[in-house]
Amino acid sequence: MTTGEPLIVLDSVNKWFGPLHVLDDVSLSVGRGEVVVVIGPSGSGKSTLCRAINRLEPISSGTITFDGQPLPAEGKALAKLRSEVGMVFQSFNLFAHKTILENVTLGPVKVRKEKPAAARERGLALLDRVGIANQADKFPAQLSGGQQQRVAIARALAMQPKAMLFDEPTSALDPEMVGEVLDVMTSLASEGMTMVVVTHEMGFARHAANRVIFMADGQLVEDAPPAEFFANPRSERARDFLSKILTH
Amino acid sequence: MSVLIDKFDVFAGGFWLTLQICVLAAVGALILGAVLAVLRISPVPPLRAVGTGYVNVFRNMPLTVVMFFAAFGLPALGSNADFLRIPVLDSLFSRLGTDLPYFRFALVALVLYTAAFVCEALRSGVNAVPAGQAEAARSLGLTFGQNLRYVVLPQSWKASIVPLGSVIIAMIKNSALVGFFGVVGDLSQTADQLTSAEGYAFVPVAIGISIGYLIMTVPLGALLDRIEKRQAVAR
Repeated sequence: MTTGEPLIVLDSVNKWFGPLHVLDDVSLSVGRGEVVVVIGPSGSGKSTLCRAINRLEPISSGTITFDGQPLPAEGKALAKLRSEVGMVFQSFNLFAHKTILENVTLGPVKVRKEKPAAARERGLALLDRVGIANQADKFPAQLSGGQQQRVAIARALAMQPKAMLFDEPTSALDPEMVGEVLDVMTSLASEGMTMVVVTHEMGFARHAANRVIFMADGQLVEDAPPAEFFANPRSERARDFLSKILTH
Repeated sequence: MSVLIDKFDVFAGGFWLTLQICVLAAVGALILGAVLAVLRISPVPPLRAVGTGYVNVFRNMPLTVVMFFAAFGLPALGSNADFLRIPVLDSLFSRLGTDLPYFRFALVALVLYTAAFVCEALRSGVNAVPAGQAEAARSLGLTFGQNLRYVVLPQSWKASIVPLGSVIIAMIKNSALVGFFGVVGDLSQTADQLTSAEGYAFVPVAIGISIGYLIMTVPLGALLDRIEKRQAVAR
């Protein structure tokens, strides 16, 4: 599954919010085509880790490289890098004043300078893929949470990214809508997309991940294949976490 | 009250001059304020500092003092604000082109002062757009300028327009100061002219100039109310 040099490499990454050490000497590499699921208690730094990869959250020290290049500082080069990394947020963040189709075509047309007709065609194909082509002319507020999140995935995919970051993509959804979003993510994973997924969905971690990362207090505590992690968590902290979430 | 009829042409002339200075100052303040707002939300710290410094100075200084600086400081620096003698515009607004510079000085002061408030009104609109919108735009690879143009500003103007209107109404009333800084013939200086030089009773004259200001401000306020109502429905 993993080929060549890794796509995303974090080396001794530290991040402080004031006195709070949210990322404590985190090193991690994600290979091409690999699906890495990050789990851990809230406040453990997993969202920050995810957001640091496309520099939505600048880090205090250490290095992050994407596709062989260190993350550039704010500016054109960073914008270009971000266009190659898809991001899906907990709160969807669809552009409220634009239709579903415009949400999906804005990036390709403005960032990639694609012809509107071509972007539209691919946008519709992507919307069809995530099962909402018939809503293309509606506005985000007219869609359910699950539908909005699927549009957000289509919007990120429209940039033909090299990797996708998911920051708790199902945490703001009604339980009955979680499945439809996870289905789309599972199919992406099986097609070989490189994915970093911060989630509390243990089912997804079990069947779709190549590796599970467990974080606590800003530290990367465990890094193991899902079968191994769920059967035999090595650390006390992970055992404690799993016992709390799996007993219900 | 006969002064209102006898001197109608004087009132009308004052109204016209005040309207001219307000239109010019509003346009200038909107442009400068927009530039300042972009500076204040820019990702580049030195630019942000320039914007913040400007707002701190001009929002916190009395307009009278700004007028003093314009009317006495600019000449001391050897400037008659001739950069405001803009071709075409100065034939439309004849005072822009006159040799007596006080109209231009007053305009400079009103624009500098009002721009700080315009900047803050625009910025409050930008702040009303959820942070996730700009974050999503950045994560797609949109540059700062594209982010503003396609995502943030189209959503922020709705929240800006009412505070912006209040700023412009305040500016119209503030323009009453220009008569004390050498601008002859605006609405408030007209009152001074009619009462002290020509001996008319103060109250009827004051009523006359009040009507002049209300003709400018009341319709603007009504327009803002309508915009606000329409927004409430859209929500």
